[in-house]
Amino acid sequence: MRWVRENLFGNWASAIATLAILWLAWKLVPPFVQWALIDAVWVSPDSRPCRAEGAGACWALIAEKHRFILFGTYPFEHQWRPGLAILLLIALYVASALRRFWRPALALAWIGGLALIGLLMWGGTAGLAYVENERWGGLALTLLLATFGIAFAFPLSILLALGRRSKLPAVRALSVLWIELVRGVPLISLLFMASVMLPLFLPEGVNIDKLLRALLAMIVFAAAYLAEVVRGGLQAIPHGQGEAADALGLPYWRKTLLVILPQALRISIPPLVNTFIAFFKDTSLVVIIGLFDLLTSIKVALGEPAWSGFGVEAYLFAALVYFAFCFAMSRYSQDLERELERGHARTERGV
Amino acid sequence: MRARAVAAQLALLAAVAFVVWYLASNTVANLEARRIASGFGFLAREAGFEIGESPFLSYGAADSYARAILIGLINTFRVALIGVVLATVLGTLLGLARLSRNWLLAKFAAGYVELLRNVPLLVQLFFLYAVITENLPGPRAALSPLPGVFLSNRGFAFPVLQPHAAHAWIGVALLAGMVLAWLVARWARRRQALTGQPFPAFAAGAALVLGLPLVVFLAAGAPLALARPSLQGFNFTGGAVLSPEFATLLGGLTLYTAAFIAEIVRAGVQAVDRGQFEAAYSLGLPRPRTMRLVILPQALRVIIPPLTSQYLNLTKNSSLAVAIGYPDLVSIANTTMNQTGQAIEGIAIIMAVYLSISLSISVLMNWYNKRIALKGARA
Repeated sequence: MRWVRENLFGNWASAIATLAILWLAWKLVPPFVQWALIDAVWVSPDSRPCRAEGAGACWALIAEKHRFILFGTYPFEHQWRPGLAILLLIALYVASALRRFWRPALALAWIGGLALIGLLMWGGTAGLAYVENERWGGLALTLLLATFGIAFAFPLSILLALGRRSKLPAVRALSVLWIELVRGVPLISLLFMASVMLPLFLPEGVNIDKLLRALLAMIVFAAAYLAEVVRGGLQAIPHGQGEAADALGLPYWRKTLLVILPQALRISIPPLVNTFIAFFKDTSLVVIIGLFDLLTSIKVALGEPAWSGFGVEAYLFAALVYFAFCFAMSRYSQDLERELERGHARTERGV
Repeated sequence: MRARAVAAQLALLAAVAFVVWYLASNTVANLEARRIASGFGFLAREAGFEIGESPFLSYGAADSYARAILIGLINTFRVALIGVVLATVLGTLLGLARLSRNWLLAKFAAGYVELLRNVPLLVQLFFLYAVITENLPGPRAALSPLPGVFLSNRGFAFPVLQPHAAHAWIGVALLAGMVLAWLVARWARRRQALTGQPFPAFAAGAALVLGLPLVVFLAAGAPLALARPSLQGFNFTGGAVLSPEFATLLGGLTLYTAAFIAEIVRAGVQAVDRGQFEAAYSLGLPRPRTMRLVILPQALRVIIPPLTSQYLNLTKNSSLAVAIGYPDLVSIANTTMNQTGQAIEGIAIIMAVYLSISLSISVLMNWYNKRIALKGARA
C-alpha cells in the first residue's frame, strides 16, 4: 500500500499519469487480447474462416506459410539444409556470447562453422544437390546476410579504425574518406549502387549475382560504422600503454596486436553489439532491391490474393522475430557492460 | 624507416588509383556497349510520370526530370523537418518519463523504448501502412475522433486555420518580441554585472515573445476561422489532408527516432553530477534557475552531439519512403533511373544531396562543440 502511494501517487501530476496509463491499458489491452488470442484463427488451409464476421487475428497465414517464411524458395525437399544452417548459426551466436568460450579456438569454430554452412546451403558435393543462391531465402537468408556481413566487415573495420589513427597521411586520408562517405549516405543508396551500378563497373562477361552484390554493399556499410566504434575503443586506451610497448621496443604490428587491440576491443564490445543490432535490423532493407529475406517472404506471402489484407498480422509476426533476436542481443550487451564495469572497478580498488 | 613509410603509401595510392581507373574504364566500355547516354543532359527532358504529392511547387508529367527531382527533395525535407520536431518533443517527454519517480510511467516509457528500438524501421513502416490502408474504413465511413478530424484509408484530414491578413502581422509581432527580449536580456546581464541587481529577464522576455503577438491577435479581432475538411465524392477536400504514405512515413520516423532520443535525453540528465544540484541549492538558487543555469547547460553538452546524429539518421531513414511509395528524393531518383537507364547519374544525385546535408550538419556541430567545450579542457 505504501509502495503504491509513493511510487504511483507521489503527487498530483504523478497520480494523473498513473490514471491515464491505467485507463489506456483498460481501453487497449482487453480488445487486443480478444483479437490476438481469443478470436484468432490459428490453423486453416485458406483465409475463409479469417474473413468471417467476428474473426480475430489470422495467424493461420503464418501457420500455412511458415516454411516459405523460414526458407523462401529453397527446394522443398532440401529445406532441412537451411534449417540446420539456422540452428548452427544460433549455436555459434550462443557460444560467442558465453565468456567461457572467449579464446582463439572460437575464431576457428567460426571459420569451420561458416564453411559448413556454405557447404550445406550450396551443396554440390557430399551427396547434396547443388542449390544456386538465387533460391535462398526467408529467415535463413536474413541470418546469413547479417552473419556473413559482420564476419567480413569486422576485420575490415579494425583496419579502417587503425588507418584513421595512423601517422601515414595517405592511409589516414583514405580511411577517413571511406568512413565519412559511407556514413553520410543512406544504406539504400549503397544497395542501389550494388544492384544497378556494380554490373557496369565489371568487365563484359563477369557477373556477380545479386546476393553477393548486396552483401558487398552491406559489408562496405557496416565496416564504416564498426570502424567508428573501434576507434572509440582505441581512443579510450591510455597513452601510457602504447608508450610502454614502444619502450619495450615492440614494432608497430606487435604493439597493436598484443597490447592495444586486446584492450580496445574488450571495452568496445557493448557498443559493438549495439552496432550489430542496428546492422541486423538494416538487413531488412534488401527487400527494396528484391532479395528474398524474411521480410520479402512475408510481403510475397501477403501478395497472394488468397491471403491479402492480413498485413497487420504478418508484420506483427515479422516484428516479433526481429524483436526476439535484437532484444536478446541488447539485453546481453547491457549485462556484459555491467559485468565489465564491475571487473574494472574491482581491479582499480585492488590497485 | 621514413623511406619505407613513403614507399608503402605510394604503393597504396597507386593500387587505389589503378582500381579506380580499371572500374572507370570498364564502365565507359559497358556504357558504350549498351548505348546508355551519360551526363546530366537528361535532367532537362520531359519526365513523363506523375507524382502523388507535390506541395509548395506545382508539378505535372510534362515537367522536366530536374523539376521532378526538386519535388522529391522538397518532399524529403518536408517529412524530415516535421519528423525532427515531433521526434524531439516525444523523445524528450519519454526520456524524462523514464526518469520519473512514478513506477508505472517509468516502466511504460522503458517498454516503449525497448519495443521500438528492437524492431526494424522498415517493418514498422509496413505495419503502419497496413493498419492505415487495410484496417481503417473508407472516406465515407471515416473515423472522427475529434470534430473536424477524419481518419480513413485515404489518409488523415484535419482542419487548419483559414488564412487571414492579420496572421502576417502576428508573425511580425513575434519577431519584434524576440528582438526586444534579446535586448532586455543583454541589458539585464550588463546591469547585473555592474550593480549586482538581478532582473527577471527570462520572465520579461517570455512575456514579450508571447504577449506582443497575443495583443496583435486580439486587436485584429481574434481571427480563428478554420477551414474544415468535408467529404466530396470519394475523398476529403478543404482543410489539410495527409496522404497515407506521408502519414505512415512521418509517424514511423517520429515514433522510431523518439525511442533513440529518449535514451539520449535520459543519459544526458543522468550525466549531470548530483553534487551540481546540491551546490546550486546551497548557493540559494531557486529550483527553476538551478535547472536553467546549472543543470541544463551541462546536460545539453552531453545531449546535443548524439541528438544531431539522430536528426541525421532520421533524414537518411526518410529514404525508406521508396518502400511504401512516398515520393521522396530517393524514390523519384529511382523512377528516373529506371526510365532513363542512367543509374550512375541518379545515384550520384542521391549521394551528393545526402552528403551535403551530412557534411553541413557536421561542420555546424564542430563549430557548436568548440563553442560549448569546457574552457581550458583538452579536446
